[in-house]
Amino acid sequence: MFLKRLLSNDTPRSRLLALLLVVLFIALAFAPFIFPGVKALSVAAKILVFVVLVASFDLLLGYTGIVSFAHTMFFGIGAYGIAISATRLGPSWGAVLLGLAAALAVSLVLSFAIGLFSLRVRAIFFAMITLAVASAFQTLASQLSDFTGGEDGLTFKLPELISPSFEFAEEPFLGVSLDGRLLCYYMLFVAAVVLVLALLRIVNSPFGRVLQAIRENEFRAEAIGYRVVVYRTTAAVLSALFATLAGAMLAIWLRYNGPDTSLSFEIMIDVLLIVVIGGMGTIYGAAIGAVLFVLAQSYLQDLLRVGSEAASGLPWLAALLSPDRWLLWLGVLFVLSVYYFPTGIVGKLRARAAR
Amino acid sequence: MKIDFDWKPLLLAPILAAVALPLTGSFSTWLTLTVAGLAMGMIIFIIASGLTLVFGLMDVLNFGHGVFIALGAFVASSVLGLMGDWTGSGELWRNLVAVFPAMLVAMAVAGAVGLAFERFIVRPVYGQHLKQILITMGGMIIGEELIKVIWGPAQVPLPLPEALRGSLLIGDAAISKYRLLAVAVGIVVFGLLAWTLGRTKIGLLIRAGVQDREMVESLGYRIGRLFVGVFVVGSALAGLGGVMWGLFQQNLVPQMGAQVNVLIFIVIIIGGLGSTGGALIGALLVGLMTNYIGFLLPTLTQFASILLMVAVLLWRPQGVYPVANR
Amino acid sequence: MNLLELQGVQTHIGAYHILHGVDLAVPKGQLTMLLGRNGAGKTTTLRTIMGLWHASAGTVRFGGKDIAAMHTPQIAELGIAYVPESMGIFSDLTVKENMLLAARSAKNAAQIDDTRLKWIFKLFPAVEKFWNHPAGKLSGGQKQMLAVSRAIVEPRELLLIDEPSKGLAPVMINNMIDAFAELKRSGVTILLVEQNINFAQRLGDNVAVMDNGRVVHSGGMAAFSADAQLQQSLLGLAL
Repeated sequence: MFLKRLLSNDTPRSRLLALLLVVLFIALAFAPFIFPGVKALSVAAKILVFVVLVASFDLLLGYTGIVSFAHTMFFGIGAYGIAISATRLGPSWGAVLLGLAAALAVSLVLSFAIGLFSLRVRAIFFAMITLAVASAFQTLASQLSDFTGGEDGLTFKLPELISPSFEFAEEPFLGVSLDGRLLCYYMLFVAAVVLVLALLRIVNSPFGRVLQAIRENEFRAEAIGYRVVVYRTTAAVLSALFATLAGAMLAIWLRYNGPDTSLSFEIMIDVLLIVVIGGMGTIYGAAIGAVLFVLAQSYLQDLLRVGSEAASGLPWLAALLSPDRWLLWLGVLFVLSVYYFPTGIVGKLRARAAR
Repeated sequence: MKIDFDWKPLLLAPILAAVALPLTGSFSTWLTLTVAGLAMGMIIFIIASGLTLVFGLMDVLNFGHGVFIALGAFVASSVLGLMGDWTGSGELWRNLVAVFPAMLVAMAVAGAVGLAFERFIVRPVYGQHLKQILITMGGMIIGEELIKVIWGPAQVPLPLPEALRGSLLIGDAAISKYRLLAVAVGIVVFGLLAWTLGRTKIGLLIRAGVQDREMVESLGYRIGRLFVGVFVVGSALAGLGGVMWGLFQQNLVPQMGAQVNVLIFIVIIIGGLGSTGGALIGALLVGLMTNYIGFLLPTLTQFASILLMVAVLLWRPQGVYPVANR
Repeated sequence: MNLLELQGVQTHIGAYHILHGVDLAVPKGQLTMLLGRNGAGKTTTLRTIMGLWHASAGTVRFGGKDIAAMHTPQIAELGIAYVPESMGIFSDLTVKENMLLAARSAKNAAQIDDTRLKWIFKLFPAVEKFWNHPAGKLSGGQKQMLAVSRAIVEPRELLLIDEPSKGLAPVMINNMIDAFAELKRSGVTILLVEQNINFAQRLGDNVAVMDNGRVVHSGGMAAFSADAQLQQSLLGLAL
């Protein structure tokens, strides 16, 4: 059936999961119409970006078994590529494409080098080294202010077609004004869908199967004849390229980028949280997890605020429930997930369906 | 039979210092930078020693080690805050009477939290590296947020006590008094560690356990308990290092744990996972490098340490003093 | 009386099923030899007794007590010493430190039993010669001697020894045999995995032969030594 082929035969395998994914898809597809307001659309766009980012990380962690903290670096490269290009060359499609191409090229080279390096050292070393590299990169980005806009970042304009000021119809349609912002959103939506489907295709291909074999038992994979070096490096490069694309998507939406927007360690933590809570090695986990996370980040804080005010009589409780401390609760959820739901939400749903 | 000892890595720090001398221009500048670098290195060593032993002994990588650093620093700030009249005094002995208890309390709290951390966060995932990395990171996030709950999310100043401010003039060079104290404390800690590891039976057990845990257990020793002890001591040392780092910066932020974490990892990679001697060399190298480059090419400071690490790894991929049997 | 008894012991290592029901009796005060082809499960049996691998089924009784579920340090504390095939020498530590570790009751080297040490030095001069040198610098045979020395530096009830004569010169093998003979005289029980004929003939009281994770023959050494045909069928060669 066409749908199965589209999903590269990697079906949800759980009715509840399938239902959730369908609901998610429809919600995102019609977000501008279902959820009116600027904030809702921003949340939806952020979800799209994170789904691609986390799915790309899942390729690396869940399928190849490589722990790398440098992932946000590629995210940032993608965002800065667009930002720098649009700032210097002006708001044209040429600039956007050039920025994107340059970013992809830089990511290709860097990820290739990092991928090769990962094989010279043990996994633990590698994880620590990527941590150091990502941290240094972030500092570098804020220091090269002539180039990157430093701490303040870069604000830029994009081609008119996707700018909010552009209106291609006089009257609003179903309550939503038909402007460049809408077009921009749908551009991102299409990109996200295409990229996720592409990732599904990659992980379900013979290449993807070999990756999983390597993850399970590297020694045996090498013994059978697969050159582990080639596969892991390729996975690292692909993962980085998809992350770069996600970064470009973010920059296009925000029309701004700075070191904290795309390079901060907090984003790396967020990605880790999502991939674990959603389910490692599933790609769908990235989607479910990203939605939950972004919604929580945006709306949970309001919930916490209510709780904090209610607990104002007990200052320590109020401080614990403060909306600024939402990361604390997410951290607790994360630790609990690693213990009790190692397979994540998707894993749990599939296990229930299999029974 | 000739006993040979791997002396080459001992030359690294002196060589670096020697190379920096002509580059920095004047001897007095070089002296100031070198003492600063050694002090920074000593503080980093204090923090890193626990982490590397924990990894060497039990193959546990604690990505959350930073939480003990921050905790120690913040606890000390509270203790010192209570002792304003002692820290405000210009007499050195009064200052020390305030500072040392602050350090001890910081170490005790960090050690106690370390005990809980080992029991509830690390122990359940023993043997599974991926989960360890994730969970200990999660532990650090929780820890950082709890610090924000208790001490607030903004920076907290940690001013140096009066008598420890300022510098001694040696010839043309201004050597910060505090940095000299840091070097002294570092040497004392290193001495204690070296003595414990080299001259006591417990130290013997640790060194043997780092090499071959199974055999130590077969000889009848419960390595599990020893590990908890090492973890707690490591956390306490991280707390001490945090206090000293905080006094260095004179300013604390809740994220300081994560920031120092990166440096610690670089240091123990350079040193070789499991080796305290290696950690010392790595720490001194990183300290010196950061200070020299900070003076010569400030933008490259962070990258300098990474380049140093890459250079060392190209020479010895397992670090300077790799622990055998792994 | 049996000091050590295994009944129906099965051991799995990951997906591999190595021991398929081992029945083994080790009489007290005697030396039992554990023979068998490579891969028969001899080392796995020793490791299972020592708790390094846990038996998935069956019982392991030491002095009547079931130790199958106990942890390695506890098992060692009961008075069992283990000399693995890989010797388990701590290469970065000196010979002295290796011996100190093995002498559980000693807090420092001075507290190691002097008489015992002198006896060990007489048997294995290399241990005395390289006392302050890193154990990693010893030759293979010398490490072997150190490994056995560690097991006998304090009195133990049961010695589990895996191929101690590998790499040893004949005169050293003789010393080792003398050492085991003396230990046996003092009442120590020994379970020995060994291919060397001399050990069998001079020391062996009992023999157990393993194949495919099971003990396929057990009995007195004398009878086994005399029966060349049995040896041929079980081991593929005559001892």
